[in-house]
Amino acid sequence: MVLKSNTRRLGYLLGPTTLFLGIFFLGPLAVMFVYSFLEPGLYGGVEWNFYHWNYGRILGWADSEWEAFDPVYAEIFLRSVRIALTNVAITLVLCYPAALWVSGLSPRRQTLIVFLITLPFFVSMVVRLFAWVLILRPSGFLNSSLIGLGLISEPIDIIFTETAVLIGMAYILLPFMFLPIYASVEKLDRVLIDASSDLGGSPRQTFLRVTLPLTLPGIAAGSMLVFIPSLGNFIVPDILGGAKVLMIGNLVEQQFLSARNWPFGSALSVMIMIVMFLLILIYLRRVGRAGQNG
Amino acid sequence: MNGEEQTPDQTAPIAEVRGAVKRFAAPEGGVITALDEISLKVRMGEFVTLLGPSGCGKTTLLRAISGFEELDSGEVWIAGQRMTGVPPHRRPVNTVFQSYALFPHLNVGDNVGYGLDVAGVPRRERDNRVGEVLERISLVGFERRKPNQLSGGQRQRVALARAIINRPNLLLLDEPLSALDRNLRQSMQLELKSLQNDLGICFLFVTHDQEEALTMSDQVVVLNNGRIEQVGPPESHYHRPATRFVAEFIGDGSLFSGRVEGPIEDPVLATDDGLRFAVGRGAPIGRKATLLLRPEHLQAAPAEPDAALGVVDATLQQTVFLGATRKFVCRLVNGATVIASPAGAEALSGIAPGGTLRLAYHRDKPHLILETHDGA
Repeated sequence: MVLKSNTRRLGYLLGPTTLFLGIFFLGPLAVMFVYSFLEPGLYGGVEWNFYHWNYGRILGWADSEWEAFDPVYAEIFLRSVRIALTNVAITLVLCYPAALWVSGLSPRRQTLIVFLITLPFFVSMVVRLFAWVLILRPSGFLNSSLIGLGLISEPIDIIFTETAVLIGMAYILLPFMFLPIYASVEKLDRVLIDASSDLGGSPRQTFLRVTLPLTLPGIAAGSMLVFIPSLGNFIVPDILGGAKVLMIGNLVEQQFLSARNWPFGSALSVMIMIVMFLLILIYLRRVGRAGQNG
Repeated sequence: MNGEEQTPDQTAPIAEVRGAVKRFAAPEGGVITALDEISLKVRMGEFVTLLGPSGCGKTTLLRAISGFEELDSGEVWIAGQRMTGVPPHRRPVNTVFQSYALFPHLNVGDNVGYGLDVAGVPRRERDNRVGEVLERISLVGFERRKPNQLSGGQRQRVALARAIINRPNLLLLDEPLSALDRNLRQSMQLELKSLQNDLGICFLFVTHDQEEALTMSDQVVVLNNGRIEQVGPPESHYHRPATRFVAEFIGDGSLFSGRVEGPIEDPVLATDDGLRFAVGRGAPIGRKATLLLRPEHLQAAPAEPDAALGVVDATLQQTVFLGATRKFVCRLVNGATVIASPAGAEALSGIAPGGTLRLAYHRDKPHLILETHDGA
């Protein structure tokens, strides 16, 4: 009786969510999956017959009708994964020490800093990225300052390079790394640090054997929250990478909006999901095994 | 002890605190003096208890010894070495924390072996010693369990095992039994005591529970407001408290303050509200003092009390049955309450609440606390 009424109540509660996600999340995914196996029409649109060359094209195989062997898309894929992973590393190195430091402050200051970190969300991402263009361009703030200080004589080329994309990406996604790490560091019982030190553990040993393993769940969560949007991001490479640093997200955008090749765009999207899925699976296996004890 | 065997020097202090002062800024402003000129010696093989109410400075003193608090002034010496500026991980002491502080991500074996792992003890020796210690605390077979799969008592044992595996000269215990239920606490008290005997190392035990302190300790240090009130074996605290605070904190009893008056062969303590208690001959006439009447001092007065007895008239308020004894809660003429719990209660058991009774005590039995300076 109780079980039945609880099940029914759960149904009421989950119903709207299920309905919403079913129509607006799973539906488009299914459409995309089906499209990725259809032949692109000559002037946009699709021909309704099975066609596997969308995937062949991503891997570089030549489609006799279209083009010769060229792994350009695979290269863009690899570059995107590399940029996303580098971005995870950059944000992790920046955020972990910061989170440790913040968690040692007084509660009022902690609240203030967490508020400051979320503050950029109040301003449009595009506006903030254009601010970076102003900073990084040859006559921008960075170069004119360095020239003014006499450190360099010629402006450095930063804008429209991979470096600029990494700077912008790290800047945009920093809070997504900081907040989960901060949450796990803040939850860490300080008496465990004392206990390790009391038993003869040096600060380094204490960090490696106690602090790090116990905050791994936060690192794992933060890494995923940074990796996923990094891999699919097309706004940052668009604005800060110019046309030179093409990422997989830009490619998808182009296929849908400019080339009007929806089947190929869909195939690219499905590939992104598969790559993400695999990487996350590997990551969770490794981190999960170490962190499941926490 | 007699010099034939190589026994540890019983008189050499294993740890010494000299003139320790520690002040904290109070959250509401002002300064809290947690340690006020504390000096203390802990000798080899002793079970020493720091006893006092919460906020008396006992935990601060412990943390100063383990190195987690830096003293404002004064020194800590352990095993003949000055510890000023020595970080906790280089001090030859280990701590059992109040919350146990077991590492949640490590199993019992790795928790216990932690001290050996960070010291780089070879695997085989490490495993042997972990096994030995687990056997000593009867947790063999629990190596693979995680702390959250243990009961409170088992966690307590693991915390203990982890702290003794490094074979410290001095083990610090910060209210380790306070989270356990009463039965478990009592059996752990005896177990701790026997563990300390077996290991022959010094235990410095912090508690606010007087029963714990009296049960286990060789020496009890009573702390109040950052100062030491009294140091000595448990019996001396009970029978001869040095201050009014110690008398109130340890054991039951009633306290009466007044001035000792003559004649010299029959001195009495006269209180401000007119009560007169016979006190032991030799009490200094004219001094301000406080008399401590313990429940076991009082019994029914005989019909013809002799000169060795002090007599108190009272009204019975309540009788409390305690199993082996009875407790008689009585009211004196000035409204003060005394509790009598005589060995043989027959003479008093016929009196109904509200009835009057005459109690007597041997005048040499109750302890008289002399005030060190008049006017306080």
